[in-house]
Formats: sequence, structure tokens, C-alpha cells
Amino acid sequence: MSVLVDKSTRLIVQGLTGREGSFHAQQMIQYGTKIVGGVTPGKGGTRHLDVPIFDTVADAVHRTGANASVIFVPPPYAADAILEAFDAALPLVICITEGIPTLDMVRVAAVMKHSATRLIGPNCPGIISPGKCKIGIMPGPIHKQGNVGLVSRSGTLTYEAVDQLTRLGIGQSTCIGIGGDPIIGTTFLDAVKLFNDDPGTHAIAMIGEIGGNAEEVAAEYIKKHVKKPVVGFIAGQTAPPGRRMGHAGAIISGGQGTAADKYKAMRAAGILTVQSPADIGQTLAAALGKSSLMVIGKPKKSAAAKSKPQSRPRGRKR
Amino acid sequence: MKIHEYQAKAILAKFGVPVPRGEVVFQKDEARAVAGRLGTPVVVVKAQIHAGGRGKAGGVKLARSAEEAASHAGHILGMKLVTPQTGEEGRIVHRLLIEEGLDIKRELYLSVLVDRATGTPVFMASTAGGMEIEEVAKEHPEKILRQAIDPAIGLQPFHARKLAFGLGLSPELVIAAVPFLQSLYRAFIETDASLVEINPLVATGDGRLVALDAKVTFDDNALYRHPEFKDLRDLDEESPLEVEASKFKLNYIKLDGTIGCMVNGAGLAMATMDIIKLSGGSPANFLDVGGGASEDQVKNAFRILLSDPNVRGVFVNIFGGILRCDVLASGVVNAAKELKFKVPVVVRMEGTNVGQGQEILRNSGLNFTVASGMKDGAEKIVALAGGAQ
Repeated sequence: MSVLVDKSTRLIVQGLTGREGSFHAQQMIQYGTKIVGGVTPGKGGTRHLDVPIFDTVADAVHRTGANASVIFVPPPYAADAILEAFDAALPLVICITEGIPTLDMVRVAAVMKHSATRLIGPNCPGIISPGKCKIGIMPGPIHKQGNVGLVSRSGTLTYEAVDQLTRLGIGQSTCIGIGGDPIIGTTFLDAVKLFNDDPGTHAIAMIGEIGGNAEEVAAEYIKKHVKKPVVGFIAGQTAPPGRRMGHAGAIISGGQGTAADKYKAMRAAGILTVQSPADIGQTLAAALGKSSLMVIGKPKKSAAAKSKPQSRPRGRKR
Repeated sequence: MKIHEYQAKAILAKFGVPVPRGEVVFQKDEARAVAGRLGTPVVVVKAQIHAGGRGKAGGVKLARSAEEAASHAGHILGMKLVTPQTGEEGRIVHRLLIEEGLDIKRELYLSVLVDRATGTPVFMASTAGGMEIEEVAKEHPEKILRQAIDPAIGLQPFHARKLAFGLGLSPELVIAAVPFLQSLYRAFIETDASLVEINPLVATGDGRLVALDAKVTFDDNALYRHPEFKDLRDLDEESPLEVEASKFKLNYIKLDGTIGCMVNGAGLAMATMDIIKLSGGSPANFLDVGGGASEDQVKNAFRILLSDPNVRGVFVNIFGGILRCDVLASGVVNAAKELKFKVPVVVRMEGTNVGQGQEILRNSGLNFTVASGMKDGAEKIVALAGGAQ
């Protein structure tokens, strides 16, 4: 199984006729995602990539029965695009765009707080349920269908983790890139809840980074409610304070949002933490009990991390 | 984007926030003239750098005459200020703010920023003015008042009164606080700021509220809406290599290690720094070449990270998605041929067109070390370039 997207997802692409939208829509179609329409104001009635184009999201939804949208429009227009998708009552909206002004997202967040629409992103690679549906910019072929749920604030670091899993023969139920901005729709907590409730997800990988306290909030929930093994990594252990590390949200400010604090919260929640990004795959393999692949630790289904979990994956030479 | 205190005060004044009278100067003689013009018994000479903690470092002085102001100015201009926020290398002072001295009765703290958890603007206020708010948060969290603002209605007078009474202001000052906070909120929203901080906010003997210090940081993502802010940028306050990198849309942050890193994607770039450290080395920089880097950008990235004299080796770690490995490899090969660098280079590539990329490296006739994973790559570059220290 998987969460949020699968074979029943009918997708429209906002900004389909643009350079980015066009390229990635093609890749998604190749992967098998059902793209039922595109939205470009002023180009309604035409076709692009053999898909009908509409002037408004409302029109596209009405005519195609779409149940999800992905946004590839430039930053100055992206908040408007998200609100248009929300206005059309789409249940799922994924915004790939990087560089949206924070105060634009403040207004979007205020409106969406009380809505049934789920936003993923912005500034994210998207979401993929391998073998079923890919929405976003991630390379399809590195993924493999399976039962690990992965949630991450990053793009390429997520690909790195997915690649490690796939090479170990471990597939993924769904991989959600929640985005690197300070204000995002779906959070770690939301994703963890979804994975926890999905019977097809047997283990969870959580890839965080410095800045904010969303990892700590999710860890608190995991401590109380999650029995599935969770592996956690935080990027930016060596990042200097006060500097924005590429992502708008990746900044240690006022001593808050350090990797050390996040690791501490994750360990306290029984999450199997790894200090090295190269150990994400193996640690999940161990957690899932694939003993033939194990280099580290003992497989244990629940609460496996009571004692010094962080020391396990680091046992090799330094 | 950070700006200077005097620039922040000019912007806030435009929105109606009361600030002390003052002028920026670049020379000792100008300081004397401005102090004379201000005509107050006391003037303040304040070093203008993009970092806090200036007072303790000797960058803020009181003067009781125009002559004394000039003498302080002569001393502070050109001085290297080292504060907890500048790091050890410190900052050279090129500009001063000469301001009227005020009769200060109370010092308070006030700021507006976006709260990530709730996604709303939030005011923070405290009676512990002049102190670092982080310290107050740690030592006396109960002393910090917070007021979230619904962006749909903005700051209402009752929000302002609640904060002002919370700070223990007299009823007269509460009346003054309402327009003060409203102006501050308007400045925050209309300039697309990510932080407006008044520390200290002072109550004066004549019953006014004045922003004695001001810090304004703009949201980089919104700068396109404010072309006029371009002129506020002070390149002296930025690392020359970071300025150079920004010209090529490269996200580069200089660090103090010896292993240069070139990576695509911010998360992977941070993780690469981390794994270099775990392998016994130390990263010389953060560098995200971005998702759709061109050959030219790759070449410039190499040039920039090699202009750091501390760099003894380079680790290229690319997970090709949109950025194809063959494009990356061509960029690396061209950079090597053109820049003729002598330091060892370890390349780890994965993802789109990785086969073609590796072939380009192999056929280049150049001496690259190819790694088969992040860990392998980090260990190889540390072995070749040497560990930390």
C-alpha cells in the first residue's frame, strides 16, 4: 500500500506549458502517472503533450475529475496558484516551486489551516508511490515498490537515501518530500501519522535538517503512538549558526534548531538515529529484520532503540 | 538580506516609528559636523556592522562634545570589531551612526518575525531590554510575551495594548505604544521583512517610546518586489567569495576547513559536510550548484571554491536528477583543464546518465579519483587531502 497518491490519482499540472512543467510532466507520464489536464491561463482549449489545457483550475477539475494538482509556476505567481487549487476544492496540492516569499506563504497557510486540502511543499521534490504514481521532479528509476515510508525536507538527499534502500532490495511505500521552506503544508508530524496508519508501511525513514522544531514535534508523537521502527537522520551537524544553508528554512537561529537538539529529541523517542547519511539504508534494513544484509544492530520490531541507538551505525572505522 | 542599523532606522521612520535623530558618517570630520548639528549635550557614536554585540566590543561610545565625537570616530573607524556574532575574524568598521543621546528611563525588547510553527507573524516583547533575547529565552522564558497576529486582520489596537500593559507601561505610554506597534507591523509586512527587532526600545524622561536600536532583515525570496533595497546591500559585510558565487547563482558559504565540497541540493550538501567530518576531515565550504546547473556554473563553482587558499582537496558529490552526470562531468573536466589545479579531486556521481559521466572523466586523461558512494568518497578525499588540523 501507499499514502496520498496511487493508481487512482488523477493529476493536473499548473504551469504544464512552461519549460519546467513540460519537462517534468513528460517524465511523470513516462512513469505511468495519470495526467488528465494542464492549466495555463490564456491557453485553454489547446493541447500540450497530448493533454487538454484549461484556463482555470476550477474548469480543469470540473472537466477532468482531477483529484490532485502539481504546481510548476514561478515564485511570484505560486501562492496564487496554490490558492486557486484550494479554491477548486482539490484534496491534494503539491507545490514544487522554490523561492516563494515567506509572507505569501503566511497568507496561504492562514487560509489552508481550515481547509480539507492537503498541501505538500513548497520548495520540494514532490511525492512518489513507487510503481504507482510519481508527482514531482525525483528520478523515477531509483525507486522500488515496497514498505518503507520516507519523509524528508530535502531533494537530492532523499534520492540518496532511496538509492541506498533500493540497492539493498528494500522498496518504498511512499516517499514524501515536504520541502525546505520555513512554512510548508504537510509536516513531519502529518507524514508520520499517515505512515503509521498505513498497513503497507512497515518502517519509516525521517530525514530532517537544521532549523525549526518540526522534527522534535514529530519525535514527540512517535514516542507516544508509533510502534513501527523509525530511522532518523539530520543534515547540518557541521553547519555554522546564523547562516541559511541553501534552503530558506535551514538556519540555526538564536541557538534553536540545531542538529544536536533534534538528535536528542529523536533518541529520546526511540528513533534509530544515524550520524552518517551513508548509514540510512543499512539501519533501515536492520530495523526491518533483513538479517542477511545486516551489518549493525539487532532486528527488533518495536522500541528497538532504548539503549544508545546512535552508537550502533557508527561502529566502523572513522 | 541584512542591512545596517542606520538603514533600518530610516525605513522604520518612514513608517512612523520614532527613532533618535542621527546621521551616518564615513569620516572623522563628518562625525564632528553631525555632532555639532545635533546639538544635544550627549551624542552617541555607533559602529555600523552587520552583527550585534557592538557595545561590549568597544564599537559604541558616548561623547559630550563634537570634538569628543570626532575623536571616538577616528578611533572606531577602521577598527576590527570582534563580537560573538562576527566570529574570530571580526569585521572592519567603515561607517558610523552619530545620534542624539536620550534621557532613558526604561529599556525594553520588541520584535516581529514569522513563527514557523504557526505560520503567522508574531510579536515578542520583554522587559529585559538590551539583553540578547536568546539568553532571556533560556534564563527567564516567563519574561517573554508573545502575540501571534492573524495575517487576515493584522495587528489590532487590543494586541498592542495587551503587549504594552504586559510590559508594565504606564497608561500614557500604552497610548503611545499602539501607533508604535502598528507602524512597526506595517513596516514588517510592507517591506517583506523576516525580522524587525528593536533592542532596546526605550521609554524616555519626556514620556516617549523610541527605537534606540533597530535590526531589519529582509526575506531574500521577496527582494524582487523591492528593487530599491538593492542599494542597501553592503558588500564589505559579505565574504568576497560568497559575493562572487552569488553572481553565478551558486549557493556558497565559506567555512574554515580544508576540503572543498561541490554538491547538488542543499540537504545533500549539508550531509556531505557532515560525512567529511565523520571521516576525520573538515569541510571548507557549503556549495549547492543547484538542480539544473550548467557546465559553465560547474566551472565557476570550481574556480570559486579553489580560490579559498585553505582548500587541499575537492569532493564532488552529485546525485543526478535534473542535473545530468554527463553535464557535471564535462564541467569538471573543463574546469580542470582551464584552471590547471593541483589538488586531488574525488568525484562521486550517481543518478541520471552516470555511465556517460564516468566515461567523460575516464577519457579526459586527467587524474580524478572516482568513488562508489558518499562514504567511500569522503574517506578517499580525507586520505588524499589530509584530515582536520
